[in-house]
Parts: sequence; C-alpha cells; structure tokens
Amino acid sequence: MSEDVLKINDLKVRYGGIEAVRGISFFVKKGEIVTLIGANGAGKSSTLRAISGLIKPAGGKVELEGEDITAKDSTTIVSKGLMMVPEGRRIFPNLSVLENLKIGAYLRNDDLEEDLNMVYGYFPRLKERSWQAGGTLSGGEQQMLAVGRALMGRPKLLMMDEPSLGLAPIVVQDIFEIIKRIHENGTTVLLIEQNANMALHVADRAYVIENGKISLEGTGKELLADEKVQAAYLGARG
Amino acid sequence: MTTTKKNNLPTILVIAGLLIFVIILENIRSVFPFLPQIFDPMSPLFTVLKKAAVYSLVAVSMNLLNGFTGLFSLGQAGFMLLGAYTYAILTVPAELKDQVYYLFGGCAFQFSFVDFFKGIFGATGVPGAISMVLGCLIALILAGCVAGFFAFLIGFPVLRLKSDYLAIATLGFAEILRAIFQWQRLGPITNGANMIKGFPTFSSFNITDGSGRVVLQLSTFVPFLITTVCVVIIVLLINSSYGRAFKSIRDDEIASEAMGIKLFSHKMLSFVISSFFAGVGGGLFAMYVANAQAKAFTSTMTYEILLIVVIGGIGSVSGSIIATFLYVACSEWWLRFLDSEQYIGGFKVPLLRNGFRMVVFSVVIMIIVLFFSKGIMGSREIDLNSLFVKKDKKKGQK
Repeated sequence: MSEDVLKINDLKVRYGGIEAVRGISFFVKKGEIVTLIGANGAGKSSTLRAISGLIKPAGGKVELEGEDITAKDSTTIVSKGLMMVPEGRRIFPNLSVLENLKIGAYLRNDDLEEDLNMVYGYFPRLKERSWQAGGTLSGGEQQMLAVGRALMGRPKLLMMDEPSLGLAPIVVQDIFEIIKRIHENGTTVLLIEQNANMALHVADRAYVIENGKISLEGTGKELLADEKVQAAYLGARG
Repeated sequence: MTTTKKNNLPTILVIAGLLIFVIILENIRSVFPFLPQIFDPMSPLFTVLKKAAVYSLVAVSMNLLNGFTGLFSLGQAGFMLLGAYTYAILTVPAELKDQVYYLFGGCAFQFSFVDFFKGIFGATGVPGAISMVLGCLIALILAGCVAGFFAFLIGFPVLRLKSDYLAIATLGFAEILRAIFQWQRLGPITNGANMIKGFPTFSSFNITDGSGRVVLQLSTFVPFLITTVCVVIIVLLINSSYGRAFKSIRDDEIASEAMGIKLFSHKMLSFVISSFFAGVGGGLFAMYVANAQAKAFTSTMTYEILLIVVIGGIGSVSGSIIATFLYVACSEWWLRFLDSEQYIGGFKVPLLRNGFRMVVFSVVIMIIVLFFSKGIMGSREIDLNSLFVKKDKKKGQK
C-alpha cells in the first residue's frame, strides 16, 4: 500500500499576473485520505483545478500512478481515473438524478448496473429520487449526488472540493461519514476543506496551504494537536 | 431500473397512424365530393399542414441546439438557405435549366439527380416515379450535408463564443450568406437575385394517371413523412448518451468538463447536426413554396422559428411541434379574416383591415409569453407510449 497514486511536484498556477499557487508539492498514497486545508484564497481549489485539467498549470508536474498528466485535457485525465467532485456541487439541475449519475460514467462503455447499485447503496435517498430533477434536491442530497456522480467514473483517486460548503452541520457529518465509508471500501480520496476540524479527523495525512504554499504537513492527528493549526483553523484561543 | 427496455410499439403505432391519417385526410374529398370545401387539397388547411410540417422540423432542429445544448444560435435561416439552394440546384431538370437561368445564359451546373436516376431507371411510369423520389431524397440529404459542412467550418470560430455573442455571430453568418447568394457574379450557379424554380415540389409526389388527373394526393403526406423521420432521429439522439452530454453542457459547462466531456467537440456535433436538419428543412421549404430565392431566408424567418421554439417550450420536442402547428395555423389561416373588412348583418366591424391580423397576432403571442412563461410544454414531453399505458403501471415503472 505504499504506491503513490498522485504525486505533485512544484505545481504553480497563475491567473494573469497573480500567482495563486506558488510551487506546491505533495503526494497521495494508494488507499489514503489526504486533505488540503487552508483559508479562503489560499490556493486549494486552484491546485485541484490544475490537477484535474480544468486550468493549465503555469509550472510543475502532476503524476498519476507514475504517468505524467500535467496540463493534459480533462477528458484524458478523467479517462485515467481521476474524478472530481467540484466545489459548490455543480450537479446538472435539469437532468434527472439517474441522468446525472450516468454523466459521471460518460467515458465508460461498459455496464453501469453494478456501479449504480453501489452508489444507491451509499445513498439510498438518490434511488428514491432517481427520476427527480437534480435541481429539486436539497443541498445535502445534491452533495450526495455530486459524490455519487464522481464515483460512477470508477475513480482511482476521488478529489473532493469543499464537500461541506453551505451545508448544515448535521448534514456535513453525514457527508463525512460517507467519505469514510467510501474510503474504507478502497477508494483513495483527496479532500479539500475549509472545515479543518472535520477534515483532519477523517484524514490519514494533511497539508496546510497558506498563500499558495504548503506551510505545514503531518498526519491528521498531528495537525489537530498543532498549536498553530488550532489557532488559525480550529478556533482555539491561542 | 437502468436497463429497463421500453416498449416503443405504442409510439410507432401512433406515428404510423398519424401518417395514414394525413393520407386519408388529403384524399377524402376525392372519394366523398360532398364534403365541405376545407377538405379540398387546395384549401388553407393543407397549406397550413405542409408549412407546419416543414417548420416543425426546423423548429426541432433549432431546439436541439438552443434548448438541449444551450447554444443560442440564430443562424437557422442561413442553413435553410444553403439547404434550399442545394436542393434546388441539384434537382432542376436539365431541360429547364436554360429557361430558369436565362439571364445568365444557362446554368454552370448541368447535373440533376432526377435526370440522373431517370437515365438509369427510365423516365415514365413507375420507374420515373422511383427516379424522382430517389433524386429528391438524395438532393435533400445533400442539402443537409452542405448546411452541416458550413456549420462545421464556421463552428471553429463561432463556437468559442458564448450566448449573445454566438447569436450575433451566427445571425451575421446567415445575413452574409443571403447577400452572397444574391450576388450577380454567382448567377450561373445561384441565379443571382432571381428565383430558381422548376424542381420537383410536394405536388410532384401526387400520383397521377395517364391523363394527368391526380389519383392519389400525397403532397401533404411527403413533408409529414420526411419531418417525422428526421424528428425521430433527433429524438433518438437526444435520448442517447450524446443527448445527455448535450443537456449536461447546457446545465453546467464546467461540471461537464470535469466529468470528462469534451465541450468543443460536443458543441460542434450538436451544431452540425442541428444545421444538417435545418438544411433538410430548407430543402423542404423550397419544395413548399416551389422556388428557392435567397431573399425569403431573412432573419425574420429565424425569429419566427425562435418564437415557435420559445412558445413551445425550450427543451421540448413535442412542444416545438405543437407550437409550430398553432403558430402556422394562426398566421396563415385562423386569423386571416382579420385582414379583410367583415360585415355582421349591415354592421361593419371596426378596425378590421389589411394588417390588423398582425396586431392581433402579436397580442396573442404576448399573452402566451406572459402566461406560459416556460412555453406550452416547458421542458416536458408528450410520452406517446404512456397514452396507452395505465397510470398506475407507469408509476410503478418510474
């Protein structure tokens, strides 16, 4: 279990003259949950978008299972098994739940029955609502749909961008429960979160991003105990 | 759940029934001559049916692009123009070409598909009919291909644009085409600003006996048949995984891209297919008006079709079709009486005079848009299968 699924080396992202990500390096081993935490504008989402091919990185290298996928288009990257749950869920509001899920498996030609059952197993609520339009679901259900949609692509690595965004605390707990279950069933997860407390509790390892650079790294437990992290992200009085 | 094979037999039966009904409708007066004037093949009823059949194909093709892929394009009239001219040029019989192109000393393009097949199968009787049908069919398909090809070419620059900008670019493209086709220098091919005529029209498909008397009217059936085939193809496309990808692009481009859908190639596919069917629709339109003339394909025509799509419901094929028939019937038939002075007894009804029809028509459209803001059908569809399935059974299926 020590094989690197994802290896990022000195990744840089620029928007015009602004350098949002200034040389980030990290790795995700097979079977891990790794989390990147950080405040608004720290460069977490930019990192994720650059990995998934939605924006072109200004420099650095992205390797998926040893293969260089830097600056490849998103179709290639998805077909290699890197699925993303985008920030703000971004489900397709006018498509039914079932259609949303099928879009997740768009690049696959094989039978979807097994994967649909797996997703419905995680989220029985989606099965009940499979004919309903995605936009009519509640926020939490939409998040489940976004996760389910990404799972339909049989990801080698599932990347989640702020799954807790805009959800009630109790729903956030549900979502994290499910992330844990998905992980226990063998999916490697890269989680990006502002909710450092929840993220660090489920994560095997974690990186703290500040101003486009990694300022701290360690196991989830180490970072939870770290004073600086407590002061900056966990709301403890330092 | 996912692999439930739908039984499509009811849908097929309904469509076949509809087509047979059209044949019966247009021939009924020759069997029962005592029926009212309205069943005469020359009556406004059949004009409306023919025009609506043609327009519904174009409306559905526009809906595929605007309603299902979310690309707001206004080039439909331009692609219809390409289709109409392609069809006309390829089917005018060689012996008529000198007469049609007399201002330009004959046509530069002497080939005609109808002549070509007549040369193979024979020019009279059943072989002649087969030649004409084959010639027209191939010319129509090529009409679509030419429109699709031009869509492919202009797709590269314009599909990078979004919403309003795309609309302006495609509208401009259609206007440029209209100007080019009226250019005198291209006269030997396009007949300049004059119309091309003499090609087979819908009434050429009527079956006549030796003396030229019509035995079986098919002039309304033909546009219905062609439109039906094309709409079925579009519906199958919309229900396929490609259609799902189109809809996902409409809903959220970034999320579609994150799911691995190639935005540009899918947009291009939708644009080319939509233009293909607009081209076929243009060919049908030329058959309907019995001539091809560039000045008919104005942006007003595109707006008319856009209006139909909006009234029917953006993202609903059945809505587009229903709206086309209502729209064409209103504009060509039901509201015609408003254009002439009417007397009730000795009393002259005020306001009614030439042009008043358009006033009422605009008001009707405003009312529709105000009270059915999502159109008649919204994004729902009429499920022909469920017409015969009991409600509870349908619920269980879903």
